[in-house]
Amino acid sequence: MEFPEDLRYSKEHEWVLVEGNVATIGITDYAQDRMGEITYVELPSVGDKVSKDDAFGVIESVKTVSDVYAPVSGTVLEVNDDLPDNPELLNDDPYGDGWMIKVEMSDPEELEDLLTAQEYEQLVAEEKE
Amino acid sequence: MSLSRSGKQSGLALDEPLIFERSRPGRIGCDVPETEDAEWMPHLPAALLRDPIEGFPEVSEPEVVRHFLRLSQWNYGAATTFYPLGSCTMKYNPVVDEALARLPGFAHLHPLTPDELVQGALEVLWHLEHCLKEITGLAAVSLQPAAGAHGELTGMKMIRAYHTQRGTSRSKVLIPASAHGTNPASAALCGYSTVSLEGNRIGLIEPAAVRRAMGPDVAALMITNPNTLGLFEREMVQIADLVHRGGGLVYLDGANLNALLGVAKPADLGADVMQINLHKTFSTPHGGGGPGAGPVAAAASLAPFLPVPRLVRTEAGLRWSEDFPDSIGRVRTFHGNFGMHVRALAYILALGGKGLEQVSRHAVLAANYLRVQLQDTFSLAYPGLCMHECVFSDKGFEPYGVKTLDIAKRLLDYGFYAPTVYFPLVVPGAIMIEPTETESKETLDQFVAAMKEIAREAREQPELVRSAPHRTPVGRLDEARAARRPVLRWQPHTRAAAEGTSPSSEPPLRG
Amino acid sequence: MTERALPPFVRLRGAIEPVRFLPHTEDDVAAMLAAIGVHSLDDLFADIPADLRARARIALPDGLSEAEVRAYFEARAAQNFARLERCFAGAGAYPHFVPAAVDHVLQRAEFYSAYTPYQPEVSQGTLQATFEFQTLVAMLLGMEVANASMYDGASATAEAVLMALRLRPQRTRVLVSRALHPQYRETIRTYLGGNFEYVEVPVDASGRTDVACLHQQCDQNTAALVVGYPNFFGAIENLAELCSIVHAHGGLAISATWEVLALALLRPPGELGADIATGDGQSFGTPLSYGGPGLGLFATRQELLRAMPGRLVGQAQDSAGRRGFVLTLATREQHIRRERATSNICTNHGLMTLAFTTYACLLGKHGLRRLAARNTSRAHRLQTALCAKGWEARFAAPFFNEFAVAHPQAQARWRQALARNLLAGVPLWRWYDEYPDTLLLCVTESPSDAACEELVAVLAGEVP
Repeated sequence: MEFPEDLRYSKEHEWVLVEGNVATIGITDYAQDRMGEITYVELPSVGDKVSKDDAFGVIESVKTVSDVYAPVSGTVLEVNDDLPDNPELLNDDPYGDGWMIKVEMSDPEELEDLLTAQEYEQLVAEEKE
Repeated sequence: MSLSRSGKQSGLALDEPLIFERSRPGRIGCDVPETEDAEWMPHLPAALLRDPIEGFPEVSEPEVVRHFLRLSQWNYGAATTFYPLGSCTMKYNPVVDEALARLPGFAHLHPLTPDELVQGALEVLWHLEHCLKEITGLAAVSLQPAAGAHGELTGMKMIRAYHTQRGTSRSKVLIPASAHGTNPASAALCGYSTVSLEGNRIGLIEPAAVRRAMGPDVAALMITNPNTLGLFEREMVQIADLVHRGGGLVYLDGANLNALLGVAKPADLGADVMQINLHKTFSTPHGGGGPGAGPVAAAASLAPFLPVPRLVRTEAGLRWSEDFPDSIGRVRTFHGNFGMHVRALAYILALGGKGLEQVSRHAVLAANYLRVQLQDTFSLAYPGLCMHECVFSDKGFEPYGVKTLDIAKRLLDYGFYAPTVYFPLVVPGAIMIEPTETESKETLDQFVAAMKEIAREAREQPELVRSAPHRTPVGRLDEARAARRPVLRWQPHTRAAAEGTSPSSEPPLRG
Repeated sequence: MTERALPPFVRLRGAIEPVRFLPHTEDDVAAMLAAIGVHSLDDLFADIPADLRARARIALPDGLSEAEVRAYFEARAAQNFARLERCFAGAGAYPHFVPAAVDHVLQRAEFYSAYTPYQPEVSQGTLQATFEFQTLVAMLLGMEVANASMYDGASATAEAVLMALRLRPQRTRVLVSRALHPQYRETIRTYLGGNFEYVEVPVDASGRTDVACLHQQCDQNTAALVVGYPNFFGAIENLAELCSIVHAHGGLAISATWEVLALALLRPPGELGADIATGDGQSFGTPLSYGGPGLGLFATRQELLRAMPGRLVGQAQDSAGRRGFVLTLATREQHIRRERATSNICTNHGLMTLAFTTYACLLGKHGLRRLAARNTSRAHRLQTALCAKGWEARFAAPFFNEFAVAHPQAQARWRQALARNLLAGVPLWRWYDEYPDTLLLCVTESPSDAACEELVAVLAGEVP
């Protein structure tokens, strides 16, 4: 299971890649593994506002459904248009081709609340017990 | 005869294409005479007419019969196989009940025939209402809802109407975490938000948890007893009392009534309203997923809100009455699933009061027997006596990579249907077994032997279990692919691909 | 537990009474109790408070033999007036002939005693038949996708309204044609509760939904319009026009068809602009059975698929590449999504889908059309005969096998017909104050020619 060092993580199993004021958001390797084979993804539209800790999307596998929560607040700049037709990208490459949305952050200080790779790995280890 | 597609089965597992792929122009399976165009066409404007429906089958009667009888052979049913599907009460469906529902005096009865000409049917319904009142201890019954979930919706609508009439706006419904998914869905359909109650360490709801959650905004508690872990909610009377004192009502999910006959009456447990799944406790067949029937029984305080029409007895006989101004209204057409009502009453009359009591005693006996026979092999979710079902899990099989789903699939190879799996959600990897009262001890023993054999296989040949089933018409199906690119119907344009090739040729998957 | 603590009823139970559905002998029970490690059946109920058990006796008479049960029901069945060949009533339940092959298939216990197909490997029979059903319904209604069925037409239509409200979350108004089946209207009202604005669209002089009124009533707050096709008076609505009006305001068009045989001849709702097409499939192979079980049909356009309630069967492949069928898109449903599900519905009306499918296959592409033509012809012949005898066609709109006729003596003549064991349709005044003296008559293939002639004579007042 991977925990890339350059990302920040939420307790709800989302990752964030920060480039300037833009945050790319997806779900973690652990999250996709827990979900099983993902069959459907619902994403917001470009221009939508997202708020930290509010749901911005839905992911379904064969037998579960899960909300995806925004780790930071802001405006959606871009969504991954490949996902709706190829939801398996979330399983195959959660940190790469399986990215979900890019957000222009309204409050970069919110990043302070997120976990480091080590902290997140610790959290996953605890959850597994 | 074409051989089975896998070539692996030992029996006559026959290949059978879609009926559309059997279709050949010019064949017909009925004897309806032609009507001259001049006899009907002038009556309907040409702009309203369609052509013969493209893709509709053209097949002869023998082909239709063979098609569906072959398909039937691919099913396990409770009549042919032990079907220990927890929470579904897959008991034997008496064959005579099928004949009785088909008596022409019932089968050919139009629902809008005036009441005075249907007194026999109304007597059946009146009698069934009487029996259900006696069995539940509740004051009034409506037979209208078509299924358990439909009954739940009806009952929750009644609770809403009750509070509305009292001018109180209560917005929440308390539901144990172990409840069936229909409970929160039914509450939500009635505009309620739901509050989940956690069970204690042995899976039961404690009065303290209810006391904490109770408040002036709580409309009702929806509770299943025995709960979905197969455990009797011992504190239910006290819990119901707490809810009542807080101004709330108690909805009892009657899904597990098969454990309560002669054991505890819902009214004595504090229920204000409940649904009764005739297709579970009262043995009307499940039909491959319905039709069921979900009558609702209510205490006197809620009876005015039952759906209309309601059956009333007058000097002139039985009749339907709409004269219940507080009623929530109708939840469907006509009077309910009458064919199921006939079957359920036939079952109740055959068993009588004492026989019904014996049903629950034997159902609980069988479940406890399986519990003790299997508790050294599989991890029991909660120790101690169970009611009509018991819940195990796949805990302990992690080293072999064998999961609940694998165990369920391997059971199919042994000729048993699988238990309910991954439910209740509060038990990870749950395996929920409900044997019912109609399985003989020999069958129960064979099931125990199969489960033990599967446990041995899981340790010694895990791959055999992980890749099960091996003896069924198809192997494990790729559900993820089916959901990602759903093909929900046959398309007429794939017909050319099927014609001129062997019947087993596969039309391409779309997308 | 000491002897004194036993509640009184427990002591009444000594030996086990043999019951024919319960296989356990006394020896079996003893062996099972010993394995469990308890002494008596009552010990299994130690968790139940004694006072609850003491009050739990079921005070019903002792059980009956099979012969006695049969006699009970035969006597009650004989008390009912139930003759297809003298039934001229429709109004949501249609007296059609059912070929024996349909019931033969239904009586296969592998079908009727199975549960919802959770284990697809041993449920391919039910699953494939349901896939065929979904295909037939989609083709019949002219829609892209159909689900595995609902309870009946009324509840399916009410669920369609809820679906429309989910798809138009800002809107609160639902328009319902007054010519929609009265019981469908009542069911929609029950499902809506008090939370939405329920508005009826009046009927025009031709018996169809009033287009001018609809124009006035339809607005930007309208989530859906619901119309019958054909409607309750048998009239064939101008569905395309009605759909276009509601579409112009951004709402959804819902059609309901409770006599699906009509769609063997009529252009399907999907082709005419309906977004959701519902109905009741009872006409295809399900006996009247005093109105239940019926068969709720539900179809929609592909793009609305995920908002659809109910079970769905989809095609799949196994690891060896063999075609099979599974329940799919279950994440819309209550057992996964719980309070956020598209509906609380669990099961469908599985066995009735099998009846529908078997019936539709037997009649097939041409048989259904022939039967529908025969119904059209016979209904119009009866209407013409009545109009020649002083009855008045209540509405001018074209109809299929059901029509409304009025006569000043309608109530008395309807009673006279009943007295001669003729069910002369359904009185419209039961639901519509505005149509006194009007009967809704239906002519399927079932009534004999002699019964048709007798009916005309009785309604004409020619027979005392």
